[in-house]
Amino acid sequence: MAERPAGAEIPVATAESPAREAWRMFLRNRSAILGLVLLAAIVLISLFGPPLYGVDPFKIKGAPFTPPGVDPNVPLGTDHVGRDILAGMIGGGRATLAVGASAALMTVAIGLLVGAMAGYYGGLVDEILMRITEFFQVLPSLILAMVLVALFTPSLYMIAIAIGVASWQSTARLARAEFLRLKELEFVKAGRTIGATDKRLIWVVILPNALPPLIVSATLIVGVAILFEAGLSFLGLGDPNIMSWGLMIGSSREYIFDSWWSATFPGAAIFLSVLSVSLIGDGLNDALNPKLRER
Amino acid sequence: MPILRLVLERIAYAFIVVTAVLVLNFILVRLAPGDPAEVIAGESGGITEEILAAIRRDYGLDLPIHEQLWIYLGNAIQGDLGYSFYFNSPVVELVVSRMGPTILLILAATVIALFIGTTLGVLASRNPEGLFSNFLTVASLIGYSAPAFWTGLMLIILFAFVVPIFPIAGLYDVTLSVGFFGRALDIAHHLVLPAFTLAIIYIAQYSRLARASMLEVLGSDYIRTARAKGVAERVVFFKHALRNAVLPIITITGLHFGNLLSGAVLVEAVFNWPGLGTLAFDSLLRRDYTTILALLFFSALMVIVANLATDFCYRLADPRIKGKRS
Repeated sequence: MAERPAGAEIPVATAESPAREAWRMFLRNRSAILGLVLLAAIVLISLFGPPLYGVDPFKIKGAPFTPPGVDPNVPLGTDHVGRDILAGMIGGGRATLAVGASAALMTVAIGLLVGAMAGYYGGLVDEILMRITEFFQVLPSLILAMVLVALFTPSLYMIAIAIGVASWQSTARLARAEFLRLKELEFVKAGRTIGATDKRLIWVVILPNALPPLIVSATLIVGVAILFEAGLSFLGLGDPNIMSWGLMIGSSREYIFDSWWSATFPGAAIFLSVLSVSLIGDGLNDALNPKLRER
Repeated sequence: MPILRLVLERIAYAFIVVTAVLVLNFILVRLAPGDPAEVIAGESGGITEEILAAIRRDYGLDLPIHEQLWIYLGNAIQGDLGYSFYFNSPVVELVVSRMGPTILLILAATVIALFIGTTLGVLASRNPEGLFSNFLTVASLIGYSAPAFWTGLMLIILFAFVVPIFPIAGLYDVTLSVGFFGRALDIAHHLVLPAFTLAIIYIAQYSRLARASMLEVLGSDYIRTARAKGVAERVVFFKHALRNAVLPIITITGLHFGNLLSGAVLVEAVFNWPGLGTLAFDSLLRRDYTTILALLFFSALMVIVANLATDFCYRLADPRIKGKRS
């Protein structure tokens, strides 16, 4: 006992839960905090901006093609029909963010369900589910989403579902790999020995341990989903009665030579939203996967 | 002998997947709201009752559903995926005629992304904590977050008003009457902006991947061994490390082909590049479902071929597999 090296007691000293430690790591990451602040600002503006600013983004408010900074009535200028760009910037975030978040939820839900089943049960279940996953990987996701939205009604729900159906594959593979690895570990075997059901083992015993990489990928998927929604709206597949940043870019595409501003500003808003989510995802990755930190 | 078997297996598997895509298309048309005949006709206007009746007869729409599927698959095997009433052409001809420019665009973007991305990542890996490496991390996040169609529009503004050195729309200049090489140069000139726009996201991804993968390889035992036995640092870096570090990049590049197709749809719409993307854009505008579904089918087909090709490239590049073959 007396010869025990001094370093041996260190692991006992840090009696902090892994989640709290990860959170501390995250808060020390300056770019992740920047992302968090940026995202909070965008969400707050989108939530409370429209009632505060009080201008309908579809209403004609000035002369068409008014450049920014000319008419104080429309500080960011107007588009080709004279709609207020600032109103669109403030009001257009709701659809983009809502669809982005729900599509990401959809993606993770499908991916997790498929991946968990495949990884946990293995054998024939795994074989079938992975063949289905491979099949969906062959279909280019934007083109599949495009087809789904075009064939069915282009509502915000349909867009979120289409994005989810088109992009769950990588989450499924990730979840499967995690479940394959974890189900062989002792605590799962112990759980099985004391008679825990499959359902309990999957969702209560294994899932919490599989979460760190899944959380990182879910965060990055939010960014991808936002880009997706913007792309679909740009192609004219959004709901035409709901203002969104993608719709603004799509409708002013033909007038890019008459008004550079009407596509530039909403695009910058999409860019900042995705950037904020990417920064948060990077920060979470560093905090939750310490093994990868040196990379 | 095992190689031949592997190739045959792959082709058989690809055939099954292709059939599955056709079945998916078939199911989607039947699931879509409304009369399948009207879905097949699209909303192009000028669709008469006679045309609808002809569609019902050709597709056997009053037969039981499994016989409809047989008819559909039978037609597909004979190269008939339907007729576009808006473009007034069989969709297979339509899609095939637009494939060239898209493949050109995707290949150009892939080459640009691989070359610039890998170079940047490898340079950064030489000094992972240095200024350049940190700059690259930030730059790649920016490149990754900007929507491609928006970046394209920004480049159009830049190159139309500020530095007009690149053409901003189309495949080539129709007013130019030049020879074969002149035309090829003109196409390459028109290709610069769309290909670069499409490549930006992948430059960002590959540079990060190349950096991470180089750092991992440089930290491995066989690199230490090579250094220990006195191999020149240049040889260690380029021959021993880089060779292995590019393997994950090849895999990812192959997996990205579908994403590149998705991206090309948007980029082509921005630059009026006359490929599958502008076709998709036009047919979406007219709700020409037959064309859209044929596009889905052909893009899946292209992804399958790209996957086979990637597998082949990987076998060529991987030093371990090469050793086994001889």
